[in-house]
Amino acid sequence: MAFPAFAIYSFLYLYPALSNLLYSTQRWDGVTKPEFIGLKNFIHLLTDDDLFMKVLSNNIRFAIIVVVLQTGFGLLFATFLTENSKTNIFLRTVYFFPTILSSVSVGLIWTFLYDPNYGFINATLKAIGLDKLALNWLGDSKYSLYAVAVTQIWFHTGQMVVIYVAGLQQIPAELYEAAEVDGATRWQQFKNITWPMALPTTAVIVAYTTIQTFRAFDLVYAMTQGGPLNSSDLLVTLVYNTAFVGYKFGYAAAQTIFLVLLVMLVTWLQRRTLRIDYGDKK
Amino acid sequence: MIYRIFKNTMLTIFAAAVLVPSSIVVLGTFKEDVEIYTKPLALPKHWNLNNFRTLIDTGNVITPFKNSVIVAVFSVAITIFFASLVSYVIARSITVTGKVLFLLFSLGLAIPGQVNIIPIFTLFTKLHLNNSLFGLVLVNIALTLPISVFIISAFFKDLPKEMFEVASIDGAGHWRVYRSIAMPLARPAIGATSIFLFVICWNDLLYPLMLINELDKKTLPLTLIDFRGEFATSYSMLFTAIMVASIPMVLMYVFMQRSFVAGLTAGAVKG
Repeated sequence: MAFPAFAIYSFLYLYPALSNLLYSTQRWDGVTKPEFIGLKNFIHLLTDDDLFMKVLSNNIRFAIIVVVLQTGFGLLFATFLTENSKTNIFLRTVYFFPTILSSVSVGLIWTFLYDPNYGFINATLKAIGLDKLALNWLGDSKYSLYAVAVTQIWFHTGQMVVIYVAGLQQIPAELYEAAEVDGATRWQQFKNITWPMALPTTAVIVAYTTIQTFRAFDLVYAMTQGGPLNSSDLLVTLVYNTAFVGYKFGYAAAQTIFLVLLVMLVTWLQRRTLRIDYGDKK
Repeated sequence: MIYRIFKNTMLTIFAAAVLVPSSIVVLGTFKEDVEIYTKPLALPKHWNLNNFRTLIDTGNVITPFKNSVIVAVFSVAITIFFASLVSYVIARSITVTGKVLFLLFSLGLAIPGQVNIIPIFTLFTKLHLNNSLFGLVLVNIALTLPISVFIISAFFKDLPKEMFEVASIDGAGHWRVYRSIAMPLARPAIGATSIFLFVICWNDLLYPLMLINELDKKTLPLTLIDFRGEFATSYSMLFTAIMVASIPMVLMYVFMQRSFVAGLTAGAVKG
């Protein structure tokens, strides 16, 4: 019974993953005969590739911004919307809505919003007299990465709100009632009840979002294609360009191996720290 | 008091942040470009479907739509079928096979699918599976099997063992138990997972971008990307195309909201 899935998975997932290891040791343009060069791709990648380092730092910045803000807003809105009142359910439905759109649609909608001449954001800023703030959001290498990050946060905060609400609804109401009786402020209630009780959910959300940010491709490709001057390039967009624009297949394979190891390392570190944080001995 | 003001301000801002761009797109499908630039949020001067007509006449939107439907439907159906079979074996097996299978598929969760773009591309070129919808279906199945197995097997494991045992004692074979007991009980999990997979397949850009370049094989995300260059970004056309590409998702969201949200959150939590 397990055979069909096993066959297709081995042939189209495990086997490619292994041949990827092989490619990473080759110099290969995808057409002519590959040449074995050992670990040279990796050495070049780590010691002599400024572009790769720039993109790596872009991706780390992107990950930190998105993880912190998306998780933060998710938790904030979830604390506001925990109760199942009509307004709250309506607002959760609205907030979740962007999640159902495709990255490409979201990317292109925001390309319009950010358009320096016709875009909604700059038109609004000019209308209220803030002409100075009407910048070229996607076209300026200073802002492009952050502009994409904002879009990503807009895209998925609602999903995090819904996950957090499910977690927060598990917290016994008596805890808040007791705190109320003892005269605890909102902030104290949040700090001493909500935050510690929601930590397991936070751990899940942070791990998931981190992986998503290191896998990100569609949104960046739709909005900036990594530009200008690679300022919004992320690891997967770089791999794509290395292979299919630069025709360096072996080198691109080495980049993906690096990406796998990085993602594994980051998730492992997160698991360790978050587990210590909430004292789970599992 | 300050808390209430803060709360309501924040909630309103984010609700507006979602609703304003959405309204611009929906209203924009009835407008001409100039109208979108000058009055993005005003009601359209003329309520007509000219943009949709132009899109159907000139732009290639019907074919990609069909392609997307074919790819998504087949990918999801086959993945769910195969994944539920493996999950059944994993959940029911008392030998080492189940554990090995589970480990193998968990490996797929640790390796992001994007990592396989180069070997998949070379393999598919060799097998002449590029520029083929069947090829895209195969990729989708391989990419989404790990997460599906993870979600469905977890669900199977939670079902009371006695239900399976009783059926086996009554002489039902594995196929029978899978079909008449496991699958009907798992319907909510299967439904939620299907929606989750459908969204992934419907929205994927990376693999189609890499594997498809013939016009009549393109899926919707690829066509949307083309709109940017082709019309020197005519936003009225672009918004109309986005509208067409989003309609199936919006309908599913409206009519199957519970499974939809369950699917997309389970995918995140368990992934």
